[in-house]
Amino acid sequence: MGRFVVRRLAQMAFVMWAVSVLTFLIFNVIPNGDPAERMAGKQPREAQIEAIRREWGFDDNIFVQYFTTMKKVFTGDLVSYFTQLPVGEEIVKGLPRTLSLAIGAALLWMFVAICFGLYSAVRAGKFADRFLTIIALVGISLPVFWIGALMNHYLGFKLGWFPNGGYVEFTEDPIDWAYHLILPWTALSILFVGFYSRVLRSNVLDTINEDYVRTARAKGLGERQIMIRHVLRNSMIPIVTLWGLDFGAVVGGGAILTETVFDLQGVGQYAAEAVGQLDVPPVLATTMFAAFFIVLLNAIVDIAYAYLDPRIRLQ
Amino acid sequence: MSTDPAATSAPPSGEPLLTVEDLQVTFATEEGVVQAVEGVSFEVAPGEILAVVGESGSGKSVTAMTLMGLTRSPNAGFEGTAHYKGTELVHASEEQLRRVRGAEIAMIFQDPMTSLNPVHKIGSQIVEQIQEHEGLPDQQARERAVELLDKVGIPRARERIDNYPFEFSGGMRQRVMIALALSCNPSVLIADEPTTALDVTIQAQILQRMRELRDETGAAIILVTHDLGVVADIADRIAVMYSGRIVEEGTLDQIFYDPQHPYTWGLLGSIARVDRPRPERLPAIAGLPPSLADRPQGCHFRPRCPHEFAKCTEVPPLEARVEGQPGHCDRCWLSAEEKKERREVRPGEIGLEAKSGAGAA
Repeated sequence: MGRFVVRRLAQMAFVMWAVSVLTFLIFNVIPNGDPAERMAGKQPREAQIEAIRREWGFDDNIFVQYFTTMKKVFTGDLVSYFTQLPVGEEIVKGLPRTLSLAIGAALLWMFVAICFGLYSAVRAGKFADRFLTIIALVGISLPVFWIGALMNHYLGFKLGWFPNGGYVEFTEDPIDWAYHLILPWTALSILFVGFYSRVLRSNVLDTINEDYVRTARAKGLGERQIMIRHVLRNSMIPIVTLWGLDFGAVVGGGAILTETVFDLQGVGQYAAEAVGQLDVPPVLATTMFAAFFIVLLNAIVDIAYAYLDPRIRLQ
Repeated sequence: MSTDPAATSAPPSGEPLLTVEDLQVTFATEEGVVQAVEGVSFEVAPGEILAVVGESGSGKSVTAMTLMGLTRSPNAGFEGTAHYKGTELVHASEEQLRRVRGAEIAMIFQDPMTSLNPVHKIGSQIVEQIQEHEGLPDQQARERAVELLDKVGIPRARERIDNYPFEFSGGMRQRVMIALALSCNPSVLIADEPTTALDVTIQAQILQRMRELRDETGAAIILVTHDLGVVADIADRIAVMYSGRIVEEGTLDQIFYDPQHPYTWGLLGSIARVDRPRPERLPAIAGLPPSLADRPQGCHFRPRCPHEFAKCTEVPPLEARVEGQPGHCDRCWLSAEEKKERREVRPGEIGLEAKSGAGAA
């Protein structure tokens, strides 16, 4: 276990470093990317631009620039080029919103996908299975910006059943918090439910034919116990991997569309706005932040794996 | 393999425990309806070991699994009856079957490597069954599981009970399967090729263990196998299956020393023996078993049988045809005298030599 943690920490450091270098380089070669010109405002004088360059260090060697920027990442002094707001604070502000969205949606999509997938497998080939298959494929095919916008427009704006976007702190009012998040959770889950329930269905159908399921039946166990203890438990192993990685991606700001459609002001939306303005410091920080979560969740998935399947050992 | 005098003694008398009558099992497949089991009937008495022998596809495993309701599926059709202590198993409800499975009739499967759930400890897989049928508290069920593991010869059972199946060898896993099957003291134990996946030394130990358990508990054992060595070692009575039917049935001695059906002759003729000169090639029955979807009319063995004659296009009933042997039945139209004349009780040459090689019609 100790070696496992050390290896994963090293891996995490390497991935974050690599991501930072790539992000930094990409924004250096993007056309129109010179931040000084953009910061100087409309029709600036050459002297103004020069002054900004000197002040922000844009005229330094690229290695020096990278180094000073990275130093700021670790001291927490990173500041947006355009809003002048500290990047760290902005991410911390967005994090509870993104986490609220990610945790709620991940639980929702996993729960619904297990129900759909299991039911579909038990009813394989029958009407219910075909119906759920179509629903799943429709869900996979619906882009979140479209279904989210429709939900927002009809359920939120027209019917007034749900708030029209926005976010309420959990600590302020937990019920209102959940009420504001129902639509985003649903919109984000639709895609994952479709995908996960399809994967689970085929896993369950494979597992049902295993010899040990026949043994379980020969033992005289009830159908429910066979399905949950013997079939589902073994079918969940691949799903848990997907779940961990998708969750990591959403926490790391991957739910850009959902956050933007429902104006949640989370990390993803912050990153998206920063990219739109070619604002390097927030982009760099959010990318590293995302990489951090993806690697972290990867490690957690591996630990969960060892727990779910005793044949797997961490090393 | 030597025959154990204890095993060859006359079958214990008494009322049959399990009576199967005219069992028919069909499966709807893409190539049409396949009849896997065609009118199989047999009885097992308490303490008796019945061996069901036949090659792959003869319907022996399907017969065994059908008794447990394990072949049920939307594509399967069943007819006939199997009576066990007042329960008719073939058409019983799932709920009725669930009470019989594991508790009254238990089963050991062919492949111990895949028959245990890899993600649960072996102890909990045994405890699960005990609690399902007897509702014992955790500690008591666990104690019983330790005793069972100890009884089937798992060393340090108290520690090993918390191991996972992958931490056991194949032979040890089969012992775990036996412990599992015995955990609720079943009256009938169905063993579907229990030693096929094991090496020969382990096989002998497992068989020995099964015989001891029969002696201790008085359970009836139905042993499904294609291995005549195993049969000679342990069985009281033998039913030989071919292509979905029982073609011959009798005691161990009757089948081994006075076989009536040409298929049985062929089976016995293809045993490799260490106590006889080795033939150049291991003799085999010429031809292949018929496809289940397209079987010959009349006797199913007809196309491969060198002794075929006109009458063979009618289905021979399974009946006693040898004088003085009422329990020895077979499905062959030849008269007892003709059979005696045509079969040669020499291994490698039994009966099938008459057409010498031309048997593969």
